This record gives sequence, C-alpha cells and structure tokens, in this order.
Amino acid sequence: MLIISNLHASVGDKPILKGIDLTIRAGEVHAIMGPNGSGKSTLSYILAGREGYQVTEGSVTYHGRDLLAMPAEERAASGVFLAFQYPVEIPGVSNSTFLKTALNAVRRQRGEPELDAMQFLKLVRAKCRELGMTDEMLKRSVNVGFSGGEKKRNDILQMAVLDPKLAILDETDSGLDIDALRIVADGVNSLRGADRSMLVITHYQRLLSYIVPNHVHVLASGRIQRSGGKELALELEQRGYAEFDVNEAA
Amino acid sequence: MQALIDSHAPFRQFQPGTALPWLEARRAVGLARAERLGWPTTRLEPWKFTNLAKLSRMQFEPATPASANNFIDVLPTVVAQGNPASHRLVFVNGFWRSDLSSPGRLPGGVTLTGLAATLAGDPILAEAYLGQVALPDDHALAALNTAFLTDGPLLVIGEKVEVKNPIELIMISAGSADQPLIAHPRLIITAGPYSQATVIEHHISLGDHVMLSNAVTELSVGIGAELRHYKVQREHDNAFHLATTVGRLERAAVYEGFLLTLGARLSRNEVRLVLDGVDARARLSGAYLVENGRHADTTTLIEHAKPRGTSRQVFKGVIGGKSRGVFQGKIIVRPDAQKTEGYQLHRALLLTDDARIDAKPELEIYADDVKCSHGATAGDLDDDALFYLRARGIDRDGARALLIGAYVNEVLAEISDSTVQAYFENLAATRLGTDKE
Repeated sequence: MLIISNLHASVGDKPILKGIDLTIRAGEVHAIMGPNGSGKSTLSYILAGREGYQVTEGSVTYHGRDLLAMPAEERAASGVFLAFQYPVEIPGVSNSTFLKTALNAVRRQRGEPELDAMQFLKLVRAKCRELGMTDEMLKRSVNVGFSGGEKKRNDILQMAVLDPKLAILDETDSGLDIDALRIVADGVNSLRGADRSMLVITHYQRLLSYIVPNHVHVLASGRIQRSGGKELALELEQRGYAEFDVNEAA
Repeated sequence: MQALIDSHAPFRQFQPGTALPWLEARRAVGLARAERLGWPTTRLEPWKFTNLAKLSRMQFEPATPASANNFIDVLPTVVAQGNPASHRLVFVNGFWRSDLSSPGRLPGGVTLTGLAATLAGDPILAEAYLGQVALPDDHALAALNTAFLTDGPLLVIGEKVEVKNPIELIMISAGSADQPLIAHPRLIITAGPYSQATVIEHHISLGDHVMLSNAVTELSVGIGAELRHYKVQREHDNAFHLATTVGRLERAAVYEGFLLTLGARLSRNEVRLVLDGVDARARLSGAYLVENGRHADTTTLIEHAKPRGTSRQVFKGVIGGKSRGVFQGKIIVRPDAQKTEGYQLHRALLLTDDARIDAKPELEIYADDVKCSHGATAGDLDDDALFYLRARGIDRDGARALLIGAYVNEVLAEISDSTVQAYFENLAATRLGTDKE
C-alpha cells in the first residue's frame, strides 16, 4: 500500500533524507528507530504533507497514487494519519467542533454523507468507550491544558474517528510516563487490523514492547541502515546506535 | 473644516432649543473650537496613525430631518422586533424615528427617549444630563458634535432600578443620493446609583451613500451601578465612522464595554473612561475585522483617579488585504489612585503581507502602589495549528476560517451577557465567512 523509493529530501539547502526505500503492505506494522537528527520526523512530515520540505529525488506511492502530489488534507481523506510528536494546542476551537469538522471534511472527500450533530455525537461517544476514554475532553479546547498523556490519547481518538489506512506514529512515546504509554499503546493496538498499516517512529525500544511491530528499520544519517524483525529493536536497546554512522547527519 | 463651519448657520433651523441660553453657549463654544482646531492631522499624537486628510477634503453637508425619512422595515435587533420585552430606539442620520422605536414597558424611573424631543419638551431634564461628563477641550470632532448637537438617544436609569432586558439603540446611516452627509448624533447613557442595565448599540448603513457619522457618547455610571454596554458597527464600505465616548465611573461602579467593528471604510472608536470613585471597575474590550483596504482605529484612555480601581482591556484585530488596524491604549494612574490594577492586551492577526497594524500601548503611572501591565502581539496564523488541521482532512481555507473564528471568539468571551456574546459571534462569523481571503 505504501512504497517509498529512493526518497531524498532537504530543508533549505540541507539534505536530511538521502535515499529511503521502504515498502509497507496492508496490515503490517513497521517501526523506524533511529537517533536524534536521523531524519525520522522529517520522514513523517513528508508523508503527511507538511510544507517546507523539498523532495529532491525519489517517489512515494500510496495505493497506486503519487502521495507527494497530494495536499495534506487530501492525504488525510485518503487514509493517511499522522499522530503528532507534539499535538498542537488550538485555543477557542472545541475538541468536538474540531473532530466533527475534520470527520465531515474527510467524509465529503471520500464521497460519504456528512454526519449531523446527533450522528456525530453517537459515533464519537462509541469511539471514546472503545478507547476507555471519557467524553469530557470533547468540550475543551483542542489540547489546551491537556497533560502529555491526554494529548496523545486525543490524537488516538482522532485516529479512531477518522479511520485511516496508514497511521504514522511520530515519537508517540515522547513525554509519556509508563502508565500513560501503556494506555496510549492499548489504544493503538485496539486499532490494529488487517486493513490498517502502521509506521511507528521512535527513538526507544520501550514503545515497541507494547506496540509489537512486524518489521524494524534503523534510520541513521538519512538512510535506512538495517532492517529486521522485532528482535532488532531489542538489539538496538542493548547496543545503542553507535555502530551507525550518526555524525554524518549532524 | 471651513465649509462645515459655514454650513452651521443654515443648519440652525433644524436644531431644537435655540432659545436655551446654556445650550446655545455650548454650541457657540463648540463651533469656535472646531473652527480654531480644524480637522485633526497626523501631526497630533492621538491621530498619528489615522489620516483624515482625504476625508477633510470631501464636501459633507449636515444631515437634515428630511434626509431621515427612509422606508425601513427590518431592524437588526438582539431581542426580536415585536417581542414585548424589546426596548428599542431607532435613529436615521442622527434623527430619532419614533415610528420605528418601541421603548416598550420599562420599569419606573427609566427615561428612554430622543434628545431633540427632550430639548423641546423638557429642557430641564435635558440640561441635567447633557454634558454631565466633560468632553476634552482639544478635540475638534467632539466640539463639532456639540456645535451641531440636535438629536440622539437619551437614556437615564433611575436609582436602584434594574432593567432586565437589553436596551437597543439602533443608529442607521442612510446618507443621501445627492451629496455626502455628515451626522452628529449625541448619545447619553446614565446609570443611576445601584442601577443595572445592558445597552446594545447597533450602527448600520442603509444603501451605500457616502456618509460620515461623528458620534459622541456620554456615559455616566453611578455609585454601585452596573452598566453593560455593547456596540457593533457594521456600516458599509463608503461609510466613515468616528465615535468619541467619554465615561465617568463613580464609587464601586462597574462598567463592561465591548466594541465590535465589522464595517466602514474608516472607523475610529475613541473611548475615554475616568474611574472617579474608589473601587470602580472597568472592562473594555473589542474586536475589529478589516479587509479590502479598510482602516479601523481603536484608541482608549483609562484614567484611574481614585484608589482601588481595576481596569481590564482585551482587544483583538483581524487584518486582511491592504487593510490597516490602529490600537492606541493608554492607562493613566493618578497620584491618589493607590492599589490600582490595570491590564491591557492587544493582539493583531495579519492575514496578508500588505496588512498593517500600528499598536501603541502606554502606561502613565503617578502612584507607587499599583499593578499595571500591558502586552501587544502581531502575527500570522500559527503554521503548526494550520498543518495540524490540514493533516486531519480540513482544507486550507477551512482551517484558516476555523482558526480565525476561534481567535475572534476568544475575545468575544469577554462579553458576560451570553445572548449578546452569541449574537456578536454570529455577526463576526458571517463577516468572516463572506470575506474569505
């Protein structure tokens, strides 16, 4: 469903990604691990359609379409979902307004009828229940005054509501204590399925004890340096990233 | 200015109370002062960022009662027309239209009427309230308003009277097809001791004739009184709106003001409040939305004259293509005004590279035991927030509209009356929706 081929990208004049090749099939969970500055977040932003990155070479094909030619909102509508490392606070926009606007925008683009207020409320309450969340946070402004854990859970709720085919989790574990991490991971695991692929980006192995991947890749200096099964994560946890050419990326 | 001064003599036939010496004396002083001062220029500090040069070269004729006979059926109101709870006065080109007004069933001790009618029928009442809040001496526009003083709403709320439903003052600029008109409405709002009331000013246009509204509002909030005073100005793109408000708060008086500016080619809201009794509290906030080369000026002066007063000001602007916002906010704390707390915030959202904001916050503090702070920011929409919304499927225009709406709603939350807050939110959203850039 996702084929990244020889992807090169820069920010300004600075090359960040230097030839990424990665294929993700339906239902697979891939983890990308790597040290700081390896290009992990750049990769997730490029896949989600953030502006400010120049793709200088290579391609990304998603369900047979040129992903890089699509604006961010179209990617979201076609099933790409980025769970943010730092979910953004939006004062003055309630969570329910945000979710309803997003869901209906996505449904419109998918050619599905929009939901009215009652239908939406029913759906979002059901999703909250599935994720073991209260619907109290729906009335609050998006992420304003949320703890780190609440922000991540809010992103997972958005994912459950928008029902993506490819979920990219960018350092979902950052800033979470072990209890919050477990709750978020449970939420993610409940959304795993044969039709949904995931790309889990992380610095640390510990997240991968909860969200167990099918494949693990090591990203360093803008390239995938090694790929393997879930045991590769444990190996990295013990040996660190020292053997990879980390300095080059700096 | 000379043409305007010259138009005064022929206009006198339309002025009520020309036999009242006190009134004639004030008009004469106003006329002489306006003539001496001339139009304000950008050389004057308070007018540094708002240039009236073009305006001053236009040939404005004073609006006459004959210009105010337009057929009008639908009025903008918070309380629906025909609702028995409605208290409404309507003015066209500054003249009272009693046929469109419905003061309704007001509690005893409340006067809600037209100033011209009062000057003619009950000049003692008019004299008691007109000019009870002093206008600044060096102010050409206020002086001009006094010289041409004719009509406007007169609202007096008696001691300990609580008016439950909002009192709505609807000021309509209709202009004239023949030539640009200038009107000088005088609004008088007096809240007696321990009274409570909510006043809503609607300033709208009829048609699209060039019109200058040079309004002066006198506010008096008595001991322990509570006055909520909300103004929305949504005149058309050929309208000029210059409004000067002077207010005085007595001991433990509470004033809550909000200025929503959605219209006019050029507008200025100049508000001067004096906290002239201990424990007085003033909240003055506002939002202005400008695009298409429009200009909106908000100039405030909060003077703390007595101890333990508090003031809070929150203003936000949304400035689109080639438009300009001006915010000048000044807090003065007099030597007597110990334990004053003053807060002021201005934020501007610049939607285009051509949009411009001039913000000048000022604190002038002569007492030593005070807490005063101010802040000003200007910037574009937050890129992170925009991307967050787009990454959830909302397109760029939708994401921008959502963020701008939220930005404005945040300051509308300063309005404590939830009905008015919702009404203003709706007006702002309509404006933003129809003017997507």
